[in-house]
Amino acid sequence: MSTSAPARPRVALFVSCLVNVFRPTVAEAAIALLEQAGCEVDVPPGQSCCGQPGYNAGAIAAARPLAQNLIRCFEDYDYVVAPTGSCTGMIVEHYPRLLAQTPGWHERAVALAARTFELTHFLHTVMGFVPAPCKGTASVSYHDSCAGLRELGIRQQPRALLAHAGVQVQEMQGTEICCGFGGAFCAKLPAISTAMADEKLANAVASGATTLAGGDLGCLLHLEGRAAVTGISLEFRHVAEVLADAHVAGHARDTAPDVGAGHARDTAAPVAPPQPSLNVHLGSEPG
Amino acid sequence: MQHTSEHFVQNSRIALADAQLKPVLGAVTTFLPALRQKAIDQTPEFEALRDYAVAMKDHVLDHLETYLADFERAVQARGGAVHHAAGAEDLNRIVLALCAGADVRKVIKGKSMVGEETNLNDALQGAGLEVLETDLGEYIIQQAGEPPSHIIGPALHKSKAQVAELFRQKHDLGERNLDDVPQMVREARQMLRERFLSADAGITGANALVAENGSIMLVTNEGNGDLCSILPRLHIVIAGIEKLVPTVEDASALHRVLCRSATGQITSAYTTFYSGPRRAEEPDGPVAFHVILLDNGRRAMRAGKYRSMLRCIRCGACLNHCPVYRHVGGHAYGWVYPGPMGSVLTPLMTGLERAVELPNACTACGRCEETCPMRIPLPEHLRQLRDDAATAGITPRAWRLGIGAAMTAFRWPWLYRASSGLARSAVAFLGRHPGVLRRVPVLRGWAQGRALPAPQAETFMGRWQRRQHGKSGEHRL
Ligand code: SF4
Repeated sequence: MSTSAPARPRVALFVSCLVNVFRPTVAEAAIALLEQAGCEVDVPPGQSCCGQPGYNAGAIAAARPLAQNLIRCFEDYDYVVAPTGSCTGMIVEHYPRLLAQTPGWHERAVALAARTFELTHFLHTVMGFVPAPCKGTASVSYHDSCAGLRELGIRQQPRALLAHAGVQVQEMQGTEICCGFGGAFCAKLPAISTAMADEKLANAVASGATTLAGGDLGCLLHLEGRAAVTGISLEFRHVAEVLADAHVAGHARDTAPDVGAGHARDTAAPVAPPQPSLNVHLGSEPG
Repeated sequence: MQHTSEHFVQNSRIALADAQLKPVLGAVTTFLPALRQKAIDQTPEFEALRDYAVAMKDHVLDHLETYLADFERAVQARGGAVHHAAGAEDLNRIVLALCAGADVRKVIKGKSMVGEETNLNDALQGAGLEVLETDLGEYIIQQAGEPPSHIIGPALHKSKAQVAELFRQKHDLGERNLDDVPQMVREARQMLRERFLSADAGITGANALVAENGSIMLVTNEGNGDLCSILPRLHIVIAGIEKLVPTVEDASALHRVLCRSATGQITSAYTTFYSGPRRAEEPDGPVAFHVILLDNGRRAMRAGKYRSMLRCIRCGACLNHCPVYRHVGGHAYGWVYPGPMGSVLTPLMTGLERAVELPNACTACGRCEETCPMRIPLPEHLRQLRDDAATAGITPRAWRLGIGAAMTAFRWPWLYRASSGLARSAVAFLGRHPGVLRRVPVLRGWAQGRALPAPQAETFMGRWQRRQHGKSGEHRL
């Protein structure tokens, strides 16, 4: 593996459970955007869950093998990119801590963390990507998911990408306040969770936007599920969907964008990636 | 004070249904963060101050017993006495003994969270003493017979109208106007004045215990703490052992961090250092000065993974910034300390079995950790407590088994893909049949007040693999 910046970085997409199960179009959109940005995108088939559900819900030790699997599976790439701030935060912030006492693994966790990015952060900051203008995009407000915002500093990146695409974000009140999803929290304490959702939804509606975009599907599904019950008509879309495909309305569309057909919009020079770890380990599936 | 943390879920439902509470909490958790932010924007060295305060507290925790001994010697050198209380009852017993020894009938109190922790008022009243809280917020809740709902603003849950009504009930002062806050403050002051003058003993907390000279730093905005300390003949200070700082300089650094974090003030209205009883040449001050240092689980905390919690200076910033506190308020947490810091302290001080829901009352949004002046990793501690609960078998079985099964299955990518496919079909079905969803353990919480959005027709991994096979080796998979 070369230690200089690859002209066409090899990027592995970490899909994440919710995108995999609920909304594959988010991953399709992410791939399209990454390819447009000049990356060679791969989806390692050995990927699984990042372990966050267990890590946060009282099964910290059970998250360890999943972290090791993910590291094995992804450490051979220039970059790991995920369309979620929360799973990216797990890899970047928590894996090094989770594997701090596991001999031989801490360095690997740290090395992978340095090359792992949330999608909008990667596109904007690492690749200097400028997306194509969106046609006829509805008015959009943006929900900052907490892990992305506070663990990874994702705030201006999605807004910059949207602005490049000609989408003016209509900011709502209290963007920094949690929407009440919180993983297991939403099922353990549903009454508080939905009260928090109601406040977030009221702020989103008051912004005047008709679409609420965000970088984490968990928050979006939670808000969408709540809005369906309370009769709020907002459209909930992952920011990748908005950016990749502004002219197809509706997230329920089930035909994938033409993966691989995107052309590189070579408007900004990519910044050099951090040097890849020399500790190349060819991944194999455990068990 | 009654301990109802095990009923957090029911408590929070009551709070959520309280129409009077909602606007009050919304306002408090909006204006206090705004005040804090403004003060910090005007303090360019704030982050450096935080670093200093954290390093200083960590240093004290590393050398706790040394500094405790220094402090004790310094207090004694000034004619005061130091007592050690292992638990809540020990502290109360020492206070009662001191009061009995000095023939005390009437006690006035400054605000003290340690006093709440040990349920001191009940102990004093149980022994036939008259106890009056003199901090306005504490006075209000004492009159109302309620526990505090916030560690720096004990009566923040009460609206203006509720306080006016309470005063009309409790103060026999006839017809009068109580429409605005200054009128209510004047009335409370009038009620408190003569009690200050007739009290035998004053009990206050401490914001810092200075090891180098045996002083205690007390920070208030009403000056009531000073009256409690100076007027009665006996002054008893009650404080947790973690309040120690090495020098006056350190206390001052802490003070700068505390005021900005708590109320967005550059400095509080009153900050006083007390050092022992009245000396011969002094015109006022107590005749006797006692400091009682409470452990109550603190040394155990210091020895383990929750050590950083002892850095807490009780500023309340984590409450003000917590989205859960914002919706349920302090009473829902069911004990003395609410919000994120309370969700860590309550299980540690009173037992995880009694407070097992508190560590769950967190979305891991990280706002508390971001704001905590002492950089306490509160979400991490809550995560550790959830882990402790599962290990101890306190977590509900369905959750433990469900999470355990998923984490085990996901170790094998083929099984992950297979179970994702099943999960997709299951959520598609459950989304169409909410009645069934409401009966599925673990998932049924989602169904309370939420629809389950429909998944797309196939999982991404399934679709991708199929497509890659179709392309026959075009991609490296
Ligand atoms: S945990 Fe931090 S923010 Fe919360 S009260 Fe303690 S010092 Fe303040």
